[in-house]
Order: sequence, then C-alpha cells, then structure tokens
Amino acid sequence: MVITVASGKGGTGKTTISTSLTYAISRKREVAHVDLDVEEPDSNIFLKVPIQREEMIWLPLPVIDYEKCTFCGVCQRVCEYNAIFVFKNTREVKVFDQLCRGCGACKEMCPFDAISEIQRFIGVFSYGKKDNINFYEGRLNIGEYVTTDAIRWVKRRLKEINKSEITVIDAPPGTSCPVIQSMKDADYVVLVTEDTPFGLFDMKLAYGVGKKMNKKMGIVINKALPGYKETREFAKREGIPILLEIPFDKKFAKAYAEGITLSEFSKEYREKFEEMFRYIEGEVKNA
Amino acid sequence: MLELAVVSGKGGTGKTTLTASLAVIIKNKVLADADVDAPDLHLLLKPKKETENPFYGMKKARIIQDKCTKCDICRQICRFDAIDIVRGNYIVDEVACDGCKLCFRKCPDRAIVMEDSLSGYWYVSRTEYGPMVHGILEVGEENSGKLVTIIRKQAMFLAQKNNADYVLMDGPPGIGCPVNSTLTGLKYAIVITEPTQSGLLDLARLLDLMEHFGVFPFVVINKYDLSKEKTEEIRNYVMERGGKIAGMLPFEEVVVEALSKGEPVVKYATSSRVSREIQKIWQYVEGEIKGDA
Repeated sequence: MVITVASGKGGTGKTTISTSLTYAISRKREVAHVDLDVEEPDSNIFLKVPIQREEMIWLPLPVIDYEKCTFCGVCQRVCEYNAIFVFKNTREVKVFDQLCRGCGACKEMCPFDAISEIQRFIGVFSYGKKDNINFYEGRLNIGEYVTTDAIRWVKRRLKEINKSEITVIDAPPGTSCPVIQSMKDADYVVLVTEDTPFGLFDMKLAYGVGKKMNKKMGIVINKALPGYKETREFAKREGIPILLEIPFDKKFAKAYAEGITLSEFSKEYREKFEEMFRYIEGEVKNA
Repeated sequence: MLELAVVSGKGGTGKTTLTASLAVIIKNKVLADADVDAPDLHLLLKPKKETENPFYGMKKARIIQDKCTKCDICRQICRFDAIDIVRGNYIVDEVACDGCKLCFRKCPDRAIVMEDSLSGYWYVSRTEYGPMVHGILEVGEENSGKLVTIIRKQAMFLAQKNNADYVLMDGPPGIGCPVNSTLTGLKYAIVITEPTQSGLLDLARLLDLMEHFGVFPFVVINKYDLSKEKTEEIRNYVMERGGKIAGMLPFEEVVVEALSKGEPVVKYATSSRVSREIQKIWQYVEGEIKGDA
C-alpha cells in the first residue's frame, strides 16, 4: 500500500505529517519512507535514519564519436530541447548538459551511428534502515532543472529494491509533473493544508490533480484556526474526509525547529496518527 | 530599472506575505507572480485581469488507433515511460510525455501525431498597487520555467513602458526549473527563511544556487522569535557566506489574521511590529541597491 502525502502550497507541513505517520506506523509494522521532494528533501532531519548506501542518480547524455560524425546536423534538428548544436565550420558538436533531458532522440536518429551515451550525474539516491523504517531519499544536485527525471529515476530504483508492504511518500509541493509522479502509484493521497486562503487555494489545485487521477483522498488541516471555516466547508462540499486537525501550538513549532516530529514529540498525536493509518488502511482495503 | 525577486528554498516561509507587503510599500513598480504552480499573490493583491493569454508548452504525442499495428517500438524507446498499454491499445500518458518526438519519428506506421497542448494561461492585470503579470499552469504540466520566463519578459516590458523603478517578483519555492528561470540574470534577491533545521538546510541549497547565478542575497528571517538559537545559527551562516541579513520578522497573530482577511499585513495592521519591520527591511534593501535601479 502506497500513501502519498502532498500539498499544493509549500510549508504546510507535508514533512511533519509524513514523518509522523511513518513514525507511528513503525512502532508496530515495517514501513518504507520515501522522500521524493528531491529539491528540498527534509524528511531525514526528523527520522534520523543512518544512511547506509548512496547511489548516483543519472540521465543519459550524448557523446559524439568524431571519427564517424559528418556534421550533418540531424541531431540538432531532432533535439526538442535545443541541447545540441552542430558547428559545421569549426567541425564541432556542442552538447549543453543542463538542457539535455536524455530522451535519446539524437542517438536514435543519427544516420552515422556517431552518438553514444554516458551517465550524467544529476543527484544522489540514498537509503538506510533504522528499527522498522526503511528510508529512501532522492536529492537533486544544485543548479539542475531536471526534478521530474530525478523522481522518475528514484521510482524505478524503488521498484527493484523496496519490498515493504507499506510505503509513505513525502511529495514535492505544487501541482505539476513532479507531484503527479509522486501520486501516480498511490493508493491513498493525504492532502496537507494550512488553514488560510493560501492553503485552501493551493490545496484545491492539488485536490484537482488527485481527482483527475481518481485517487482516494483525505485532508489534514495543519495550524488549524478556530475562526476560519472555508477549509472545512470545502471538504464537506466535496465529500473529502478530514483525517486530522492540528492546532497551531508554539510547543509543536519549537519541536519542529529542533527536528523532532510530532508523533515522536507527543503521545497524544502518535495515537492520532496510528488511528489515521488504521482508517486509511480500511479505506484502501475497501476499494 | 531593477528586477527583484522574493524567493525561499523551503515553501511556506512567508514569500507571498512579504511580497504583498512590499507591493504596498514600493512605489513605482510592476508586480509579477513567478510561482505558477501555486500562485497566491492574487489572493492578497486582488488583480483585475485585463488580458488573458494561452500558454502552450511542449507538443504531446497522440497515437492514432486505426494506424497503430502494436509493434511496441514506441513503448520500448520512450525514456519517459509515457506509453501505456490499456486494454490492448497503445496510448500516450499525456502527463508523462515530455514532447521529445522520438516515438513520432520512429513509428514505422506513422501512427503518431504531435499536438499542441494548452498548458496554462498568463495574465496582465491591474491592482491598486500597480500593474501585475501572473499566470497559472494547468494541472500536471511541466515547463513551468518557460511560463515564468514569459511572465518575467512581460513584466520587464511593462516596466520599461511605464518607466518603473522596479519589477517585484514573488518567486516559486524549491531550487528547480522555475526557480532557475526566476533567478537567472538577477542582481539581487530577497530570501526569506525561518529558524528551523529544514529552513536552514533549504537556505543553504538556495544560496548555493544563487552563487551559481551570481545573485546577491538579502536574507530575511521570518518568525525569528520561534527559535532564537536557530536564528543565531542562520545569521552566522549568512554572514559567513558573504550575504546580508536584511531584517527579522517577529511571529505575530496579526499576520495570519491579515492573510485570512486577504490583505497585505502592512495595510491591514500598519502599526504592528511586523509591518514596521517590513518597512525597515525595504529601507535597508533600497539603500543598498538604489544605485542600480
């Protein structure tokens, strides 16, 4: 079973919720925690799993065999990303690494078989185990544009090595491709929102993504405000269950600042997260 | 004329809250919302749309079922896992398709066409604080960087036309494609962070990226009183890296109140501590950059 924790807006508490959920599940069962927020992977600040192995996340990158290249210009013409240029006069082919998406069009279309591929290093995949938690994280290198590609790489690798029955995914913020990639395999999506018009507006966008993909969803309202009713009204209108409400509490904020997740910090919340998990498990089994 | 962006590595640290307040304070400027994934600035500045413009991203592949002989070549060569077999038919997962055209070129039956896909919209609007350029990406679209570039260009164009002193941009979170498009070519950016461990780590990654682009950071520590120790750590870190601390904002209920009322905090509670600090931040930053405007 895969549970993806997502939110439209950043900073609503995805990582707090996902790590709290993982921590609560891990008290009784084995669980995989996957940090797919590759631009800002922060889960392990809270889970503190020692990293046992690191692998290179890579994309294929074309290299030119100048023995075979005739500078015909086909590779440049077929590249949709403007990542390859042929300079006929100086007999040079220039590849712009950071624009290249590794689609393979230049290699496949080269009439002279003059292009092969090497691995371009775009990020680091790391994993480790502590108690019942199998932890996996993707981390994009600074200055890289290829967030979605890094996520895709991590997902492929996970298919090979992740054997846990329960997987919790910490998704990136937003509603674009990286988020879809993180929701694609989910059996249940937990939408984390904060109780403000920003939180609500962006959560509606994320809800739209999940709806388009026919996902079962529930809402966690973080930093809940007694006076703000719109989030609950939206949930009621759409028939989405509210899984948990967490009021703003300076105690929690301070624990967060120090890298302690909610369900580790508070027994009350650990039980609430255990209950939330039981509910989600029931919903998934009934599907 | 100078472009200025408000950015943060971590989401939810207060980018839009600060940008909206700066929009009230800074006089002669054009506004731009570069967070096209989750644009929120409009919730506070209430723009009236004057023009709506479609944004087309990459063309996407579509398989014509009548011509498809199910040879499987497209599925094998696609590096984006975008070809699915659904009930025996080959179909393109539009979200996964990156528009590289390789399947289109390689299909022996010419059964694949490339089609325009509407990826979002961008708008030129009027607000009571000046013109604003903003946009929104359709659900599940890539190419946010391209839309950000369009929004920036339009904002620059308006700024030149109006003889504005500044283009003020509300940036996206993270350090990926849209952030790159926001930062490239900038001289200065205001970076807002919070005194938490993730705030610090994400700040470090963002400052690396800004160094890479040669953008000078003015750092604002939001809710600094939630952890004095982390605030101190961040201050020292920023100074060590040669950046500047532009100010620190206290945690105040009034910020959330203003937000739920849909108003910039400096307008909603002009004499609150937060508002006075934001005023000071702008005085400081403007003093530092004025020569370049």
